[in-house]
Order: sequence, then C-alpha cells, then structure tokens
Amino acid sequence: MAITIVTEITNLRRRIPPRGIEQMEQLLSKIATNEQHGENSSYFHGWKAYDNDPYHPNQNPNGVIQLGLAENQLSFDLVEEWITKHPSASICTSEGVQMFRDIAIFQDYHGLPQFRNAVARFMGKVRGGRVSFDPARIVLAGGATGASELITFCLADPGDAFLVPTPYYPAFDRDLKWRTGIQLIPVICESSNNFKITKEALEEAFENAQKSSIKVKGVIIANPSNPLGTTVERETQITLVNFINEKQIHLVCDEIYSATIFSRPNFISIAEIIEEVDCNRDLIHIIYSLSKDMGFPGFRVGIVYSYNDAVVNCGRKMSSFGLVSSQTQHFLASMLSDDEFVDDFLKTSSMRLAKRHQTFTSGLEEVGIKCLNSNAGLFCWMDLRPLLKEPTFEAEMVLWRLIIHKVKLNVSPGFSFHCVEPGWFRVCFANMDDETLEIALKRIRIFIQATDKKSDVPAKKSKQWQKNLRLSFSGGSRCEYEESLKSPSVMSPHSPMSPAQLVQTRT
Amino acid sequence: MEMLSKKATCKSHGQDSSYFLGWQEYEKNPFNEDTNPLGIIQMGLAENQLSFDLLESWLARNPDATMFGSNGGSIFKELALFQDYHGLQTFKTELVEFMAEIRRNKVRFDPQKLVLTAGATSANETLMFCLAEPGEAFLIPTPYYPGFDRDLKWRTGVKIVPIHCSSLNGFRITKAALDEAYDEALKLNLRVKGVFITNPSNPLGTTMNQDEFNHVISFAVSKNIHIVSDEIYAGTVFDSSKFTSIIEAVMDRNLEKTDIWSRIHVVSSLSKDLGLPGFRIGMIYSNNETLIAAATKMSSFGLVSSQTQYLLSKLLGDKKFTRHYIQENQRRLKKRQQVLVSGLQSYGIPCLKSNAGLFCWVDMRNLLSSNAFEAEMELWKKILYEVGLNISPGSSCHCTEPGWFRVCFANMSQETLNLSIHRLQAFVTSNGDGNYQNQKLSTRISRRNSLVVS
Repeated sequence: MAITIVTEITNLRRRIPPRGIEQMEQLLSKIATNEQHGENSSYFHGWKAYDNDPYHPNQNPNGVIQLGLAENQLSFDLVEEWITKHPSASICTSEGVQMFRDIAIFQDYHGLPQFRNAVARFMGKVRGGRVSFDPARIVLAGGATGASELITFCLADPGDAFLVPTPYYPAFDRDLKWRTGIQLIPVICESSNNFKITKEALEEAFENAQKSSIKVKGVIIANPSNPLGTTVERETQITLVNFINEKQIHLVCDEIYSATIFSRPNFISIAEIIEEVDCNRDLIHIIYSLSKDMGFPGFRVGIVYSYNDAVVNCGRKMSSFGLVSSQTQHFLASMLSDDEFVDDFLKTSSMRLAKRHQTFTSGLEEVGIKCLNSNAGLFCWMDLRPLLKEPTFEAEMVLWRLIIHKVKLNVSPGFSFHCVEPGWFRVCFANMDDETLEIALKRIRIFIQATDKKSDVPAKKSKQWQKNLRLSFSGGSRCEYEESLKSPSVMSPHSPMSPAQLVQTRT
Repeated sequence: MEMLSKKATCKSHGQDSSYFLGWQEYEKNPFNEDTNPLGIIQMGLAENQLSFDLLESWLARNPDATMFGSNGGSIFKELALFQDYHGLQTFKTELVEFMAEIRRNKVRFDPQKLVLTAGATSANETLMFCLAEPGEAFLIPTPYYPGFDRDLKWRTGVKIVPIHCSSLNGFRITKAALDEAYDEALKLNLRVKGVFITNPSNPLGTTMNQDEFNHVISFAVSKNIHIVSDEIYAGTVFDSSKFTSIIEAVMDRNLEKTDIWSRIHVVSSLSKDLGLPGFRIGMIYSNNETLIAAATKMSSFGLVSSQTQYLLSKLLGDKKFTRHYIQENQRRLKKRQQVLVSGLQSYGIPCLKSNAGLFCWVDMRNLLSSNAFEAEMELWKKILYEVGLNISPGSSCHCTEPGWFRVCFANMSQETLNLSIHRLQAFVTSNGDGNYQNQKLSTRISRRNSLVVS
C-alpha cells in the first residue's frame, strides 16, 4: 500500500507544467469567463481616470472630481449624532453588549423581527404614510444588487426576458442577467417627451420580443429613475399596471431612491397605485435598499417586497445567499424605529438635496447647460447635445473623454445607460462637499467659456457650438475614440485606496 | 404556478427534508429550562455557543470596535460608504492570519487571493457558478451537510453525485468509491467538474487522513478536475495538530507548480470557529487568479457588511486574544464532546470516533426495528416527539446506511446537554415499553437534585 502511494505521488510530480491561460479558463464556467459582469465596458474608463488621479483639495487640487458616483453623503452628521446618543444600538458598546450573543447567533433568513418591522415602518413614512407595508412580506437580500438578482431568479427562467425603459442603470445588465441567464429588452424612451414611458413603446418592445420568440416575464422600472432623476407619474404607472395586468406579466419597481425626492411632484409608489387600480397583485414587486436614502451602501441592506406569497416564500429561502449581517440589522432596527429621528432625517435630507440640486443646476444654467427637469435622485441628467460635433455616439465618446481628461470630471455618458440619443450625461451632485461642487462648476464654466471665446459665439446660441467643436483641446480624434472602445487591461472601478475614496459599480 | 420561475416552484431548495422539518417541530415546542422544561431540545443545530464569554469580555475591553475609531474620531461615514467588493484590507489581512493560526501556520494565505462573501452559503454557491455549467456535476462524499443540496444545486443547476462512504471503514473516502462515483456520473451523462470535500467533515466530525488526501488529490489530477474543500470547521478541531488543510496536503506532495494548484479552492467562514453565524462572514480562497477575479465580482450579490468587517478586523487583530480563544474554544469543545460520547456510550450507543466539529455521528442502528430507512424515520420521529430531541437523521445527510444520526452538543448549556443525555438514556432503557414518559419526568426531578456533571 505504501509503495503504491509513493508511486502515485511520484507520478503526479512528473506531470507537465501548468497550462496556458486559455486552457485554465476552460476549467471555469462560461459565467466566470464571459464579459457579462459588464466591468470591462468603457463606462468604467472614467472611473479608472479618477482612480489614477483623484481630486483632493490639498494633496491633488488638479485631480479628477468624481461626479459619477450616486451616493448620498449630505446627512451623515444627523446619523452620527443619533449614534452618539444611542450607544445601545451597537452590540460592541458596554451599553449594547448584552445583546451580543443573541444577535451573533441569529441567522434566521426571516430577518430580525424588529428589523423587518422598522423597515416596513420606514418605507411607509417615506411614502408619507399614504400606504403601509407588511413586515411579513419583507425579504432580505445582499443590497439592492442582491435583491434585483433574487427577484429575477424567482420570476424568470434562463432565456426569458424583462422589458426595461431606457435610459437605465448600467449595472442592471449584470444584476439581472449575469447569473440568471435572462435577457433585457429595452423600452425606448426619448427626450421629445422627457423620456416618459409610453404605451406604444411598451407594446413595441413586447412585440419585438414575441417576433423573436422570446418569452417576456415582466417589466422592470426604477422609480425615481436612475439616471433621469424624475419620479414616474401616476398616469404612466397606471398605464404600466394595465399593461402588465393585461399581459399577465410581472412589474418590478426599483424604488431605491424613494426618499431622495426634493421637490414636486410628490413621489407615488406602486404600492399606492395598486390601491387605486384593479390588478393581479401577485404580479407586483418592489426592490428597495438603504444605500441611497440613508447613504449606507456599505451595510448591504437590500429588500424585496412582494405582494405574491409564493415569491416571498421562495425569495426568503434565497435570502440565505445574501443575508444582512445581524449586527447591522440590530443597529438599523434601533435607528429606524426612532420616529423622531426618522422624521427629522427625511425632512432634512430632502432639503439638503434640494439645495444641492438647485446650486448645481443653476450653476450649469449660467453657462447655458440644461438638465432634464428633475425632482429626485442624487444626480442630474445633463443635456450636452449642443456640444457634440455631430449627433452620434462617437461624438459623445469624444466629448466624454475630453470632459474626463481635460475638464477633469468623471461624468457618466448616456450610452452606458443605453440612452438612444447621444449627448446626455449623468452627473452626480450629492457625493461631495460644497467646496468640491463649486470647483466642479468652476471647471465647467471655464470649459464652456473657453469654447465660446474660441468661436466668438455667445454661450446661449447652442446651435453654433456644433460647428465649433473641433475643440482647441485636441482630444477629439477618431483614433482616440477607437482606443477608448478597447477594454482597458486592468479595468476595475476599485483600487486599494482609503475607504472614503473607494467606489463600486452600484452608482 | 407558471408565473414564477422553475427555481421558485421546484423543491431543489431542499427545505422539505426531514432535516428542516425537525427544526420546524422544535420551533413549535422549544425547550426552555424554566418556561418549557418538557419542550424539544434542539440538537440539530451545529452552532458553537461555548465561547461567547470570551468575545463579550473582549468587547468590554475594546470600545474601539464601535464605529467611532480611536480617540473618539468617527469612521462611521467611511464605513457606511464602503462597498468595495475587494473588502476592507485590514480585515482581510487579519482574517488570513487567523486562518493560518488555526492551521498551525503550516499554510500562509495571501489576502489578495481571498474573496469575502455573505457566509459560506454564498461562498459555496458562488464557487459552483464559477466552476461548472448548469447540468455539470460535483462528486461529494456521503454523508454530507444537507444544506449542500440547496447551496450547490438550486440556482446554479449543478448536480451532485455522491461518493458512497461506508461505516465499515469509518466512512473514509476510498479510491474505489471515487471511481464508482465518477462512473455513475458518466452513466448519467454528467460531466464531472470536481470533488467537493468538507474537512473537518459535517456530519462525521472527523478530519481527513493522509490516505484520503492521496486518493482525492490523485483522482483530481488524473481527471483534471477541481477540488473544493469546505474547511468551515477547521477551528473546531480539538487538537490542531490533527488538522491538515487541502492546501497543506497539496504542498506536502510538492504539487504547487503543477496544474492542480490552480484547481484547489478553499471555503471557510467565521460562523463555526467564532460562533458568529449571524454576521455572515464567508470566504473563498484560491490560487486561481481568473477564479478570484470572477468570484470577487460575483460577491457583489452578497458582500459582508462593512460594519461587521470593521468589528472583526479589530477582534482578529488582537493576536493575544485570538491565540487564547482558539485554544480555549478547542478545549471546551473537546470536553463537551466527551460528555456526550461517554453519556451515550454508557447506555450502549456508540459514536463514530471524532476529533472535530460541533456534533457527534451517533450509531443508533441497534435501536432500529429493521435495517431500513423507514425504520430510521420511525426512530427519528420517536426521538423527536416522545423523547423531545431534535436530532438529524442520517438519511437527510444522504448516508447510505440507516441508523446513523447527527447530534449537536455545542449549541446549549451544560445542563441542557446533560438533560438530553438523560432523556436518551431513559428512552434506550425503556425502549418503547411505555415507561418512557414517567422516566423522563423523574429524570428532570433527579437532575435538579444532583450535581451537574461537568
């Protein structure tokens, strides 16, 4: 026996050396080696530029300012104050440690009852108390990323499709499709009607799917919209509900930005619509998270709220793959149950977002740049069509690279959101302090004014710009455009930097 | 309901198995020393509740573990915003050192080759997504953890083909069993992508020996397949010198410069070693860079809360504490195991000789009315409803021989363990002659009057 084993080992050592990378990749699954995670798209080129040269007021004042990150950093002071006054919310403090054991062993995928209750209550408050949520329908997931994937696994089989209005959040391509194997079919929305979702567009997308023998399982919308920053109107939501009800397909509403409303019209949740409109409630599902409303992306709180019992049951079991840390559940249960804190937070956060939005849009307006009229979100949908050499995505790419490398701002180009019209850019305004925002605006002003000087044309005559956009910043060649389409070799939006500067693809 | 996906409507989540049904019965009638002394004692839950006092006293001495950093400076904002799927570097650095410590520093780990996931549940599923296509298979020695049916198969579409292990040789993996499993997969037209081992084993509580490593490694080399080693119980080995990680085993055979090195993947978690299942801290470790890159991206679907990463980076950074914890925890586990083993032994119920884990693999074949799984179910139900113990039947762990049960010993107090042993002893003694209920009652009374057996 011993001799046989020795022989076995000796034979193993005589094996040929390690194989090439290609062969190694064959050892992995298609999912592991395809590009469907989307991280090699040129969308992340701007992030890379930021990572390589990040703005810092003292250390790197000429660096790239990050305007591509949809984070809400405006109201941490309120949270920190609350934490100081409520040490028992943490199981690490002497006031809270008696809960340590119970919390540390709690891994029930139903979630801590007090946490679910607190989240249900919070969601109701965000909707002005106009609807209430049943804690028993709350399913936990690993951030909205996990929640989006989870609901897709519950509703669709590989090859099935969801309709999604454009422009949409880029990471839907990863979250909804990558491991689930489903397809996304765009519902085209256009600037001519402010990118509203129309019945015609829905029908057209549905028919296209049918012609290709693709089974449509549902529609997914974001309300408020990322990247538009607009809430979906009542009429549009009624159209949507009637559409899905007629076709008996699902409606998934990502309401992750529901507490970022800062001006009228008010937010109307799908939860309210279904109180008014008759429909099969088994088809209605909400995705939620605390990443945007509270500014807690690091805590990975994702929620699926479904009106369908079977989905809740199945989804709950799937929660096991991405439960929220019990430490975090306990902490947030305490915070979100504090009515006084929550009311004050929601009000103050909204005011601060309104102010930021106002500062930013008026700053852009001064130099003739318009944004889509918006009332929510952490970003503006900026109209730079007048700055394009020609109304093409090539021109958009050229402009984008210019903005990144010369103006030193990381903004997100419309093509990455699957916008059908070139020239739109998403610009975030809530992930930096006032001074940094001011500097960003200043850079934009200088850029626009320099352009005007060159052309001798007043800023407001936007049509003239098209002629003058062989910009003196000589970044606009065809070669550069082609270069930018190649996947950069080590493309990741992440880098070993200090926590405050790290970025993720949930933007 | 065809409105939902096949995954939503099938039974692949495995939660209708007896493993989970026992839990449900427990939930309906849970034992409580004061309020429900005749309730069901949970012995189906592999949790480590023996060393919380050590963690709690550490916390009391280390207020920095809150999110307020040192000197009162708050890092709350940074943590709240931190969602980088590469994980908090300080946490990963401390984590790999902790993992090495558990392995007597025979293996050193590189934090860049570690992927953090929401628990080992997520780690195992992620690995399957990365290593196999739907319909491909992994070979797994039986008996195995019932949750694998869900974690490895449900959403991934991967198949499990069992490697049958037998009590005749202590359920050790043999070459013949590996070959037989592989042939079975071929018959079923399944492409085998790897072998999935759990070391230390759940439910056996044993660590893999050198023969088993030889068989598994040479098998994986010859078939050009992966080895996934779930080492979640590595810190529960009573004597560290008896545990060998798959990485050490491969290095001992001087295979680091060969193909197999990039096909070895380790899964672990802090749920068992530190007893923190609620915190959802899992990990994948591999030398395969492509795999690490893919798994890192996939971890987006289940990241570890930054708040939790921070707390653990502080805890694990205290090396004096971790060394003491590992040693003391192992000592307590060993003692508990001995209480259960000797308690059962004294009434003629043997356990598989084990040196790790939070459970014993108990041989109740003598108590079966016949050598059949129906008889095992019958016995299980009696033990659940009449004796009032939720233990896990071997069939739920895919054991091929009826009569084996997994019994946990680390998720209750010493007194509760003693009571459960007495209940079982009473059951064995009466063995269905109807005196059992009276004996259960008198055992409770006499327990109060006697000294606690330590």
